[in-house]
Amino acid sequence: MTPVLELRNITKRFPGVLANDHINLTLEEGEIHALLGENGAGKTTLMNILYGLYKADEGEILVRGKPVEIRSPSDAIALGIGMVHQHFMLVPVMTVTENIMLGAEVTKFGPFLDRAAAAQRIRELSRTYGLEVDPEAYIKDLPVGVQQRVEILKLLYRKADILILDEPTAVLTPQEVEELFEVIRSLVAKGNSVIFITHKLKEVMAIADRVTVLRRGRVVGTTRPEETTEEELAAMMVGREVSLVVEKKPARPGDVVLSVRDLHVRDERGEPAVRGVDLDVRAGEIVGIAGVQGNGQTELVEAITGLREPEKGTIHIKGVDVTWASSRQFFEQGAAHVPEDRQRDGLVLSYPVRDNLILNMYYKPPFAIGFRIQEKPIEENARRLVQEFDIRTPDIYTPVANLSGGNQQKVIVAREFSRPIDLLVASQPTRGLDVGSIEYIHKRLVAKRDEGCAVLLVSSELDEIMALSDRIAVMYEGEIMAVIPAEEATREQLGLLMAGVRPEETSEKAQAPAA
Amino acid sequence: MAPGTLDWATIRHRYLRREQVLGIVYLLFAIAIWTLFLPHVEAGAKAKFGLNVVTGVKPIPVPDLVVPARETILLLGFIAAFMGGWQLSRGFKEPQALLAVLLVIFLLAFLVWATAGKSFNLTGMLASTVLRATPIAFGALSGVWCERTAVINIAIEGMMLSSAFTSVVIASATGSPYWGLLAAIVTGAVLGLVLAVLAIRFRVDQIIAGTAINIFAIGLTSFLSHSWLSVRQDLNAAPNFKPIPIPLLAKIPVLGPMFFDVNLIVYIMFALVIITHIILFHTRWGLRMRAVGEHPKAADTLGINVYLTRYISVTIGGIIAGIGGAYFTLGSVGRFDEVMTAGKGFIGLAAMIFGKWTPIGGFIASFIFGLADALQVKMAILRVPIPSEFLLMAPYLVTIIVLSGVVGRAVPPAADGQPYVKE
Repeated sequence: MTPVLELRNITKRFPGVLANDHINLTLEEGEIHALLGENGAGKTTLMNILYGLYKADEGEILVRGKPVEIRSPSDAIALGIGMVHQHFMLVPVMTVTENIMLGAEVTKFGPFLDRAAAAQRIRELSRTYGLEVDPEAYIKDLPVGVQQRVEILKLLYRKADILILDEPTAVLTPQEVEELFEVIRSLVAKGNSVIFITHKLKEVMAIADRVTVLRRGRVVGTTRPEETTEEELAAMMVGREVSLVVEKKPARPGDVVLSVRDLHVRDERGEPAVRGVDLDVRAGEIVGIAGVQGNGQTELVEAITGLREPEKGTIHIKGVDVTWASSRQFFEQGAAHVPEDRQRDGLVLSYPVRDNLILNMYYKPPFAIGFRIQEKPIEENARRLVQEFDIRTPDIYTPVANLSGGNQQKVIVAREFSRPIDLLVASQPTRGLDVGSIEYIHKRLVAKRDEGCAVLLVSSELDEIMALSDRIAVMYEGEIMAVIPAEEATREQLGLLMAGVRPEETSEKAQAPAA
Repeated sequence: MAPGTLDWATIRHRYLRREQVLGIVYLLFAIAIWTLFLPHVEAGAKAKFGLNVVTGVKPIPVPDLVVPARETILLLGFIAAFMGGWQLSRGFKEPQALLAVLLVIFLLAFLVWATAGKSFNLTGMLASTVLRATPIAFGALSGVWCERTAVINIAIEGMMLSSAFTSVVIASATGSPYWGLLAAIVTGAVLGLVLAVLAIRFRVDQIIAGTAINIFAIGLTSFLSHSWLSVRQDLNAAPNFKPIPIPLLAKIPVLGPMFFDVNLIVYIMFALVIITHIILFHTRWGLRMRAVGEHPKAADTLGINVYLTRYISVTIGGIIAGIGGAYFTLGSVGRFDEVMTAGKGFIGLAAMIFGKWTPIGGFIASFIFGLADALQVKMAILRVPIPSEFLLMAPYLVTIIVLSGVVGRAVPPAADGQPYVKE
């Protein structure tokens, strides 16, 4: 049988990078084909070529056996190719109907929009594929899981039958991921074909019919989940054996270092983001905050680290009231912060490595004496840290903008870890990093804990939370739903908490027969 | 900030919500009405408002409106106070629209105070309001067209000024105001296209590109007016558009002189408000414009040409500013004077923001600005003991309050001012 889609020798060069190197890929009809690779392996580039957003330098694309040229998304749509992007392509201030019909509007009397007719079609599609959504709702009022349904409906509305899903599970709770998998299965059952882009091994094993692994722009191999193991896939993806578990000894918690009481914080729009959080982090333990992005974790961290004024409540570090402290006061309490958005909040991208390494200490001896910056200690400090933390940079004068994501993160870690600290607040410390860097950061975090440092870890990757934490706090809509010892936590239990189901309800659900 | 101290942000966050701030603003209006106007009106004084005009097509005569001054001011204050109380206890759905209503109430109270014991032609002033609101409304509409696709157009002023100039020259040379109007449209379109190319193709900072066009327009028209039109006076004497009364409708008291006995350019403005509204919210093109302004990448992934959409919209915005420019000359006395637009293009942008980037909102905001403008002109006639400049400031003070976000933030299109870069 002719495959619905075939990519032959696709090559794409960006200045200084070979993003795709002679890639071959076939998609059979009714197949779920996973495209597995680390960040920067070339998955998204390849799919953007297929969707007409980039132009390939070499190679050809065949749809149902016929060579085609895809110059723009309109060409792709006309060929039945649709894509759900990692960052949703939805206009928040418009309704579901308007978003779905955009570019393929139903009109009456010439150019006038026929919203009712479009909404009717959307309802029909919703019913057929079990994608429940209110066509009149505004996107900004919908939870991300529902927004994703809108994205999928957008493709079905355009009669796309080759569906590309780019990291579709990144923003979902484990239960929502299950629902998405159900939807994908019903899509292929009705004759559609799906390319599923991911870097998560578990998802490949759960949903894919076949998997193609990309590494550094090349296809490493194509296989079937039943013929392989997670370890094997991980090795293919990274190019060497990797350990999937973080090794750590049991924690020996000491005194309370960070103590948060009844904390309320508003986001920049003035809406309540953190609502009455109580939290303790002790010396020598890692407390992980799990939760779907956007449930107040960012604001909580910003309030603790002095970047945002709380509305009410108290924050103490080692008994000192830092509720209203500035970032500098926070640092001077012996606390460190690895921020969520490393490029925006963690580094000055145009500054050289050496200056970024003293951003929190530049005003103090030995780096500054009076008004004068002291070049020699700064350079010595930089050389020492580059060596110690294995920062891969041509020299200490290179702007950090030129470093890879992993090495940028190492610059932050080096800066924050290289002074004596009692508290570390790390927010999404491994987001977007390659497996090697992730391993490295994880080891460093555990090492800090073992030195007796209190660690508050915020991550939207549940696996990371479960692997590193000693205690897990789940955040939902600005509240801590529960704090659970890590050894007792299960994915299912955490997933329900992340979706806002209270512990007492959780235990009832656990007793009820599985739905 | 030292730990534990209280600052304004804390107080506001802890004790006041935005809705309450609004309610208090409304109450302040009530207090202002009572304290500023009430003590200065004699008991029993009556304010006489003439509702009939003597120029143009005379509408059906109606009796003049005579109101007791003190009682009316008291009542207007009560309405403001009631609105404040309602806002504090229940809350309105559209507090920003209500602010416009309050502003009108305040101006009415002012008018009653100023007219107490005298007589004043209200219909005449309202008709003049429409005329003064017209160029502002063109500015607001031009802004809506550009900014809905995320291109900031602060060059409206310069586009108006240039079009005012070309329209007068062409109309004088041809002897027809219609050729002049066409010249204004072409001038606006060309300058709109220049802004579009700078902003879209070359991704020049849009504020700087707009400022450049403004400075260029002021410089060139002033130079040509000074060195050329002063010699060729025959090119600065254009036939203008005369008021066209619409049969029957023009006879309606008050409304007739305001809306149905005006010149062609004012009718074009009314039509453009309605057409823009329909296009923006009820057609395919409008849906795409709005998507391009809010989330250009989303539009791009659905096969919509972001650049082309912006080019077309900005050019149309330029055309609308051009027609507005022709109003200064062909819609008035048919003469060009240096820098005669006097900031109306910028005020149009403020009206657009006050009107939340919608054509109808922008029109209403223009009307309020026009009302204040008309009022201060008439104040001299009533010999009011305050300088008219102060009254003229009032709408801008309100604009500043609105823009500062104390009252409720107007939300621009999400991508406003950002060039779109295809990867």
